[in-house]
Amino acid sequence: MTEILRLENVSKAFGGIRAVNDVSFTLNEGEIVGLIGPNGAGKTTLVNLITGVHKLTGGKVIFAGQDVSRQKPFQAARRGLARTFQIVQPFPAMTVLENVAAGSLFGGGHTAMADARQAARAELDFVGLGAVADQPAALLSLPNRKRLELAKSLAMRPKVLLLDEVNAGLNAAEIDGALSLIRQIAARGITIVIIEHLMKVVLSISQRILVLHHGELIAQGDPTTVVNDPRVIEAYLGAKFAARFGMTPPAAPLAPEHGAPHV
Amino acid sequence: MMTRRHIAALGVALWFGILALTPLLADNYTIRIAITIAMYSAMALSWNFIGGFAGYPSFSTAAFFGIGCYVGAIAQRSGVPLVVAWALATVFVTVFAVALGAIILRLKGHYFAIGSIAIVEVVRLVVSSWGGLTGGGDGLNVPLLSGGPDRVATTVLYVMLAIMLAAFVVTILVDRARLGFGLRCISQNEDAADMVGIDTTRYKIAAYALSALFCGTVGAVYASWVGYIDPTDSFSILLSVKVPVMVLLGGAGTVLGPIIGAGAFVMLEEFFWANFLEWNRAILGGIIVFLIFFLPSGILKLDYRRLFRRKSPVDRTEAA
Repeated sequence: MTEILRLENVSKAFGGIRAVNDVSFTLNEGEIVGLIGPNGAGKTTLVNLITGVHKLTGGKVIFAGQDVSRQKPFQAARRGLARTFQIVQPFPAMTVLENVAAGSLFGGGHTAMADARQAARAELDFVGLGAVADQPAALLSLPNRKRLELAKSLAMRPKVLLLDEVNAGLNAAEIDGALSLIRQIAARGITIVIIEHLMKVVLSISQRILVLHHGELIAQGDPTTVVNDPRVIEAYLGAKFAARFGMTPPAAPLAPEHGAPHV
Repeated sequence: MMTRRHIAALGVALWFGILALTPLLADNYTIRIAITIAMYSAMALSWNFIGGFAGYPSFSTAAFFGIGCYVGAIAQRSGVPLVVAWALATVFVTVFAVALGAIILRLKGHYFAIGSIAIVEVVRLVVSSWGGLTGGGDGLNVPLLSGGPDRVATTVLYVMLAIMLAAFVVTILVDRARLGFGLRCISQNEDAADMVGIDTTRYKIAAYALSALFCGTVGAVYASWVGYIDPTDSFSILLSVKVPVMVLLGGAGTVLGPIIGAGAFVMLEEFFWANFLEWNRAILGGIIVFLIFFLPSGILKLDYRRLFRRKSPVDRTEAA
């Protein structure tokens, strides 16, 4: 497997708070990796560091063999590091098609408007929004706005796609739809980092899981190992529960019936 | 069949034609109004790049116009030929806007608006205090254009119309190009624009420079027309307010809006000046307030059919 993105000792401090502390990991081409952690663990900050929204306090981000630690967001987008936002960010007064065309025109390297629109239409069909292409983006329902975010990112022809809580606020049926879509995206050879609160979602789709806690990477590995890791259980459930679990680790991974641990 | 686009093109051509024909058909008073319309149309089209397309509420129009006046005047007084002086003013103002934009465009929303107003005041103070170069508060005499009043008026009208046409053509080009699309993205959601790969800093500076360029030329031509400039007249804060109001009146971010707005505003203002000498400023204020409350997207965006249809309860649920 070829390496596509590597973080070396990445840190970010906001004043005295170390939001991300000495995080290192590697992503390989075509992988689906889950990034989990309790509220405030630094997941979104990490995405912001990778895509150039925040400046690194220390460490390096290496994308496709190139040091991109000092890039700006638009440069990340053009390089093939696309992201979606936890809170959807459409261009509300534009049509759905124009939203996606913005991605293909500026991030996807199309120079002609007609080409950009054509590529945008293809991505809209891919995510299942073909029928509403000419509606204003502001009229879309939440699940469709999330799909729009995906289509916009895909139009940028990314190599790595960072999905920041694309499933937040969706119901069970909508989540299933979103998951099959993510699998189809991965099948196109795009490396996916999925940031998620819902354990069910992450466990069912990720080949590998990274766990952040207080800005530090406390565990990584395949889903089963990570979920049974005492430090992960402690991070999610607190020391008291972890002591009980730690003595007798559960046989199966945390089942969805146990509820989303952060609640 | 006539499409909307055809009608619009025909309307613009007709409007340019009417303005251009005033010297043949009307008296000097009407020509003067035509010149004012052309001048404000050019500046409104300019403001539309930054205020309309990019959505940055700039109030620096007066600074660009005033610097244009002074660079044109000083160049002419030191013996530079007329047209070269106008070109020099254009280039100088554009360079000034690029340099300034790189700094001031880091501000957003209200902060940008306040910053852009401060620019006007700072430049005005510099010009007033730098007596050796600018004549300070005494102002500057500018070499008069050759010919009698009729000829001067006609020349100025055609030059202003040419600037207006140039600004209009550039507006059409920008509207259709990547630049226009990118600026619209910035206006709606700057963070998202950044994330889809738009170099927002460069795009905003380009829009700011375009908003300055034609104002510089207009300023220099204006100086030659009136023959005398001083800091209060050249850097009038009212100019910075009027031009955006014109664009908002017509429809910000549209191609035709600035022309419609400038034409309507100048004629309204002329009407109120002539008929309500003491109340015209109050009426101007009233128009601004009316605009903000009732016409937030301008004359062009009015849904006339909806306006004349009585609202049924069904419509109201649709709107909710």
